[in-house]
Amino acid sequence: MDGLLALYIFMLAAFTGYEIIAKVPVILHTPLMSGSNFIHGVVVVGAMLMLGTADTPVQQAIGFFAVALGAANAAGGYVVTERMLAMFKKKEG
Amino acid sequence: MTIPHYVQGAWFVGALLFIFGLKGMSSPASARKGIIIAGYGMLVAIAATFLIPGLQNLGLMALALAIGGSAAWISGQKVKMTDMPQMVAIYNGMGGGAAAAIAAIEFAKGDTHSLATTVLAVIGALIGAISFTGSCVAWAKLQGVLKKAHRLPAQNAVNVVLALIAIGLGGAMVFMAPAQPELVLAFFAVSLVLGIIVTLPIGGADMPVVISLFNAFTGLAVGFEGYVLGNPSLIIAGIVVGAAGTLLTQLMAKAMNRPISNILFTPMVASGPGEAIKGSMKELSALDAAAMMRYASKVIIVPGYGMAVAHAQHKVWEMTSILEEAGVEVKFAIHPVAGRMPGHMNVLLAEAGVPYDKIFDLEEINGEFGQADVALIIGANDVVNPSARTDKTSPIYGMPILDADKAQNVIVIKRGKGTGYSGVENALFYTDNCRMLYGDAQPMAGEIIQHLKTMG
Repeated sequence: MDGLLALYIFMLAAFTGYEIIAKVPVILHTPLMSGSNFIHGVVVVGAMLMLGTADTPVQQAIGFFAVALGAANAAGGYVVTERMLAMFKKKEG
Repeated sequence: MTIPHYVQGAWFVGALLFIFGLKGMSSPASARKGIIIAGYGMLVAIAATFLIPGLQNLGLMALALAIGGSAAWISGQKVKMTDMPQMVAIYNGMGGGAAAAIAAIEFAKGDTHSLATTVLAVIGALIGAISFTGSCVAWAKLQGVLKKAHRLPAQNAVNVVLALIAIGLGGAMVFMAPAQPELVLAFFAVSLVLGIIVTLPIGGADMPVVISLFNAFTGLAVGFEGYVLGNPSLIIAGIVVGAAGTLLTQLMAKAMNRPISNILFTPMVASGPGEAIKGSMKELSALDAAAMMRYASKVIIVPGYGMAVAHAQHKVWEMTSILEEAGVEVKFAIHPVAGRMPGHMNVLLAEAGVPYDKIFDLEEINGEFGQADVALIIGANDVVNPSARTDKTSPIYGMPILDADKAQNVIVIKRGKGTGYSGVENALFYTDNCRMLYGDAQPMAGEIIQHLKTMG
């Protein structure tokens, strides 16, 4: 990828992350941390690309390991975040 | 390998859904919808990846997804809310491990062509590996597998030397690309060990900051490996999380009154006893406590991690409901570092059924203690110590605290006379308007409930 283009993406993404979190109330910090933890679980896509192009047994083994870890990151992050957020409710009535 | 446009497009949609999801998660009302939207983003991104023509090892891929995904899914369903911090830590560490493994394959293939790709691959591998083993240690500590902080002699020197070796090996990989397998192996070994050594001496109460920091690390690692792979959706997701995590880490460290470098490199010690405190601690009975709150017009409850350890949050909420029915206004005041990760106490109260519009941050509630008849402190200590405001010799001087001492009366439910995590005596306990209720939080709250019921 074009290096300069990537630099622009880095900058805008960093700014976006900062702005989104800056306004979040403390009450949501834990779910937000685990929610952002879930989002970097997209690393599983990268791991799939590596396993999909691995051609030696060593590469396959590391790739398999990477996909399993990435999948655990995504699935675990999703489940715990959803469970926590489901508990937050306003006073009824 | 060329990625077809429809896969690129699906990844783009995935990244878009992540951003919308995170945005939704910034308010309690829309937060649940937010994570579900982000979840769809993940499914789209993963499903699209399978459609890339010419991808090999599809069976292995599906198997790895099934094993990793289902193991984490099941453990995530089972985990108790008090154990949430270590669970988040371990999932996060796995992401870091995956990022480091991606880099390892890149090096094994000798695929890293330009200088920028190699540099970012090395940096991503380094912080991903640190986040991986560091998070595992954090998990072991919070889970109670590792009982105490291990400090090496000359810990800081060891940290620095190991870090320099890792950076040196990484630098060698950049200049000698494609690197020898032995060099790559040594680099990963040192990076992994560095994560362990750095995290081992850090105590349980500092873990919120550490977990948050590793979360940011994994985000950055994913972003850098995304660049190496030429995959913008990884870059965006990783860097957004990296920036958000960095901000969250700073907020946490500020609330604890300790710079991040201080948490990583120096143990918390009571640097001095602070000024001598005059007066004595005065006890009261559960009956008196019940009467005091029943006939108050405003009560502010300050829960600390001790309440969660005693599993008292359900009883405390039951007590709150009885008081509210009797016409007493009850609010909860949460210090930013209450619990074992940022906002952990809010989750624990939410689990007990406390609505979030009764829970207030330090800035929101501090002005209200002056109008409160009773401040009830349950399992909290340092976060209500007025010495942080007044005593310059105190190790916690300057830490933002909840101004519970400004309430008309203060009731403290506490197991014994000991000091808090910082080892500092709490001047609040010795003031004239403060009364101590000694005992475990859960039975004590139960007793208060019994007395309240007889008062009608």
